[in-house]
Amino acid sequence: MSVNLDNMVKVFERPQSLTNAKSTYCPGCHHGILTRIIGNVLDELDIADRTVGIAPVGCSVFAYLWYKVDSQQVPHGRASAVATGIKRARPELIVFSYQGDGDFASIGTAESIHAANRGENITVIFVNNQIYGMTGGEMAPTTLVGQKTTTSPEGRDPSQVGYPIRFSEMIATLEAPTYVTRQALFDTKHIMDATKAIKKAFQNQVDGKGYSLVEVLSTCPTNWRMSPVQSNKHVAETVTKVFPLGDLIDRG
Amino acid sequence: MRTMTSSSSPGISLKQEGISYLAGANLPCVIVNVVRGGPGLGNIAPSQCDYFQATKGGGHGDYRLIVLGPSTVPEAGELTMLAFELADQYRIPVMILADGLLGQMMEPVELPDPIDPASLPVKEWATTGAKGRAPNVILSFEMDPEGLQQINNDLQAKYQTITENELRYEETDTEDADIVIAAYGTIGRICKSVVRMARAEGIKVGLFRPITLWPFPYEPLKALSERVDTVLSVEMSAGQMWEDVRLAVAERAKTPFYGETGGVVPTPRSILNEVKKHVR
Repeated sequence: MSVNLDNMVKVFERPQSLTNAKSTYCPGCHHGILTRIIGNVLDELDIADRTVGIAPVGCSVFAYLWYKVDSQQVPHGRASAVATGIKRARPELIVFSYQGDGDFASIGTAESIHAANRGENITVIFVNNQIYGMTGGEMAPTTLVGQKTTTSPEGRDPSQVGYPIRFSEMIATLEAPTYVTRQALFDTKHIMDATKAIKKAFQNQVDGKGYSLVEVLSTCPTNWRMSPVQSNKHVAETVTKVFPLGDLIDRG
Repeated sequence: MRTMTSSSSPGISLKQEGISYLAGANLPCVIVNVVRGGPGLGNIAPSQCDYFQATKGGGHGDYRLIVLGPSTVPEAGELTMLAFELADQYRIPVMILADGLLGQMMEPVELPDPIDPASLPVKEWATTGAKGRAPNVILSFEMDPEGLQQINNDLQAKYQTITENELRYEETDTEDADIVIAAYGTIGRICKSVVRMARAEGIKVGLFRPITLWPFPYEPLKALSERVDTVLSVEMSAGQMWEDVRLAVAERAKTPFYGETGGVVPTPRSILNEVKKHVR
């Protein structure tokens, strides 16, 4: 039986804004889903040819490989500061930073908070997997109480190292930010919600509305020592209790 | 688009991470350091104690900055224009190493005509949006050791070109000098007075003033040291440029040092007294 290719309808393809470079992410990690969502949003808003992406340090240090956009790879934690510089020098560009919790919420604390407090017209994607993935699974500021990591082998002890920091809630106390939300990717519904949130975060910038932050709860099956399925369940049932989902600020 | 940043010693220490990344990513930038007394919080008085940091590294990695040492406010103006040109030409961070005296001084300056930014060459490598071209990526990151070695080799080749083409220095009354003072920046200026005072007393003193602190003018100073007995280094530090002076002079002449630290500024009289110690 012959197939007439002319009659076939393409229902699924790689977003135009993404390259076909090989992924460096682990199986079951949500970075891949998130990268695709951002690629789709760049396509839908037709902004890829005026977008600059900021790659952080960490698992997503290679982020500049995935997008067909101009990119800068920057020092650990400084992504929101570099995004600020680019956006102010060239306001016509759409600038987004892509940062993990070790980058955004630990070493980059000053840069992250002050970019938000200035209400920079940028889009920040903050990927929270509660661990330092690239360097071997060390405790992060976002690590859950009791969570075992290579540097908290007995579990995170808040009497010694404090509690998981809810960074988005801190930013939501500021007056300048336009949109602060926390999303997740552990099932289809949440992927669709996260997609809407990310689209809104870019649309806000296109419309000149100011600072948008999308925190995305992600998995780290490798360092959590869980299967991808267990990891999704862990986010849904445990992580979201510490880091509740939903919009924290929406002044758009 | 051109960029600059400025601070004073402790702030420049904080910027070292970014300066290393600028060097690694071949990004032009002008950095002004108005040096104050250190180490630590030190104080806010004039000093030249950041010479090592400026000329030998400061941040991590095998890199160099072009370092310019103005000695007067008009020269600071000229060198600032030059700094932007060199930064763009070589895609390198350029530091203007001033000090707290120069930074708080008022002098008449004849400013050149401003440049229309639109007349500058387009920076094809900049991240301006990948419309109609392949994406540009700015980074200082290469996982492959041989790839990173090649990046380092390219940097070193650039530094060699700069060393061959961009040496700047000034000699004052060196033709018949027995003693030459080596000094830069504010101290270079003060030492011009010292040369006048010494010559009025019949002492044949000259001045060698490096303007590019990196690349350091080793060869011109080496040539000069063949003709003199003594090269006296004077600095507002414990002897930092002195090390480069000794590298240039080697055993060809005596290389004493006189310095003040902590924000103490040597007077022409104190330097002249030091010169006299080394006159035959």
